Amino acid sequence: MSLTYLDAIREAQAHALRDDPRVFIYGQDVGAFGGAFKATKNLANDYPGRVIDAPISEDAIVGLAVGAAIEGLRPIIEMQFADFSSVAFNQIVNQAATLFWRTNVPCPITVRLPFGGTSGGGPFHSQTPEAIYAHYPGLVVLTPATVEDAYSMLLEAVAIDDPVIFCEHKFLYRHLKAEKLPTEALPVGKARIAREGRDLTVVAYSAMVHDALEAAAELSVEGWEIEVVDLRSVKPLDTDTVVASVARTGKLLAVGEAWPWGGVTAEVIARVVSEGFGLLDAPPQRLNAKDTPVPFHPNLWAAHRPTVRAIAAAARKILRY
Amino acid sequence: MLQTVSEPHTEQKETRRDGHLAAYRFMLRARLLDDKLAALYRAGKIHGGVFLGRGQEALSAAIGVSLTKGDVFAPLIRDAAGRLAFGENILDSVRTYLGSATGPMRGRDGNVHRGNPREGLLPMISHLGAMVSVVNGILFARRMKKISGTVGVACLGEGATSTGAFHEALNQAAVEKLPLVLVVADNQYAYSTPTSRQFACEELTDKSAGYGVAAHAVDGTDLTACLKVVGEAVAAARAGNGPQLVIAKLLRLCGHGEHDPDGDVTQSKQGYIDPKLKKSPLGRDCLKLAEEILLKEKFADATRLAVWRNETLHEIEEVVAQVQREPTPDPFVEKWVAISSGHLTEGRHE
Repeated sequence: MSLTYLDAIREAQAHALRDDPRVFIYGQDVGAFGGAFKATKNLANDYPGRVIDAPISEDAIVGLAVGAAIEGLRPIIEMQFADFSSVAFNQIVNQAATLFWRTNVPCPITVRLPFGGTSGGGPFHSQTPEAIYAHYPGLVVLTPATVEDAYSMLLEAVAIDDPVIFCEHKFLYRHLKAEKLPTEALPVGKARIAREGRDLTVVAYSAMVHDALEAAAELSVEGWEIEVVDLRSVKPLDTDTVVASVARTGKLLAVGEAWPWGGVTAEVIARVVSEGFGLLDAPPQRLNAKDTPVPFHPNLWAAHRPTVRAIAAAARKILRY
Repeated sequence: MLQTVSEPHTEQKETRRDGHLAAYRFMLRARLLDDKLAALYRAGKIHGGVFLGRGQEALSAAIGVSLTKGDVFAPLIRDAAGRLAFGENILDSVRTYLGSATGPMRGRDGNVHRGNPREGLLPMISHLGAMVSVVNGILFARRMKKISGTVGVACLGEGATSTGAFHEALNQAAVEKLPLVLVVADNQYAYSTPTSRQFACEELTDKSAGYGVAAHAVDGTDLTACLKVVGEAVAAARAGNGPQLVIAKLLRLCGHGEHDPDGDVTQSKQGYIDPKLKKSPLGRDCLKLAEEILLKEKFADATRLAVWRNETLHEIEEVVAQVQREPTPDPFVEKWVAISSGHLTEGRHE
């Protein structure tokens, strides 16, 4: 039996509901319907009264979660699409993210953001807002790239006493499969070496890890050994693992599906340059989506985000520096 | 058991008297505290803003005395009276305004942004309407935990009824049939904006039908009316009748904040407040009106009122003197960490 990334998300929620009576799920269409992506399939039936349909009110949905957290519960919020979290932005960054710092009362909410591009999604069903949330103090921002991490990191997110923005990639939902769910995992906050190498470090997260791995396989045919670091969590960002990798390779390429201005790739490069300038044998580079809204048509969409070919090309340029 | 006919009436009268006196004393404390904070602001002793509740004490105190321990209260900027009636002490207010390190907000947040969520007193963020869904969340969680009989009050001004947060949260409370009482102090101006630029319905109570919630209108300058109407709304929510929308009309008798003399209708200089409003029944000072009620109903005499005033003034002076001797926050002691999970902090990169 194999499990998809989406199955892992569902199983983690079922696990959390089963093990912790404080957990409940609130979001649009999450109840009997099972969610727009079926991430809560059958959960309303299995856990009556704890998987609850919300009106189309993202602001009030997150506000309610904060109140429930104050009252000692552990809400999991499903945003139907990460793009719609902009409507809840105020409650996330001003209410949830400031509560502990202002009052010493923790705010253990998990906001699930189905994020990232899929062909045909278009400008308002494809966004990757992880850097915006990482920018605000008081939030933990997770970006699992594997079925195993989707499961273990969501379980850990629910257990964390702070607001967690859980970015789950829609493209990975059905594409990615694993044989079984993990029984142990790296803790949140630790990056993972997804592929070992000695010539170049490629730092990626979420779906881009797989594109980076494909590019690394392509480059291995040419004799290059590429190390791929999967950040797993963008806040906190595991600078130590990244710098240690650059110490081995001397070269850095940071890849992200998000827009180019600022963001996670810029943060990675800033940290490596300031903490490991002497380790670098070439100017570090970054590769991001184009600076436009995410296009609808597959031809445009595929060229908007970094592709395997674009990653490999950028890598060759650094390797030949 | 035999009873004389007059007994229940006496009891009723006593309950009425006690309710008025309790509320009045919170109104008085709030007014005198506000006056002191305004004086400290003018003397340059307060960093940031000072927001007074002058003219709104009757409504606010009526809310506070209608609630009991275990209820939830999300006050807004003009609710010093309601806060005191709900159990906040003067010390917490002064400590927050003066930035004492020992205050509930420890210098991290100031003035009206104070509270104690675990005691049901929510510390407002500045974004109007944003606290309503948080109150919903507490009430929702209590229902999941099978706790019944508690209510939540969220306070807003009429300006906040224009926000999306107001709409989403009131609709959410109605869908979930939560014991929420949403009290709107329609004080005629949102900062400088008059109601004609804020909404186009005849009365704000008209909005209730669209949400499927009960509405109550009240003269916010009249303590007797506020106690009755707010008390009824809170009782209805507590009885399980779903969300209640209370619209209280009154006039703000101060600037938006103490930095806004143009909005202070009590100043001799003509500002942006329509002078006709000041002369209308809305412009009556609820505190003076409450004193007239107490004297007329013989709930208290003038000597008693004077004693209370002097006692309160003395108490406030003592608190202010104490807080002024307290330590202020030390940036070298401050941990500069925004999350509670120590292992997930990014300490090296501040």
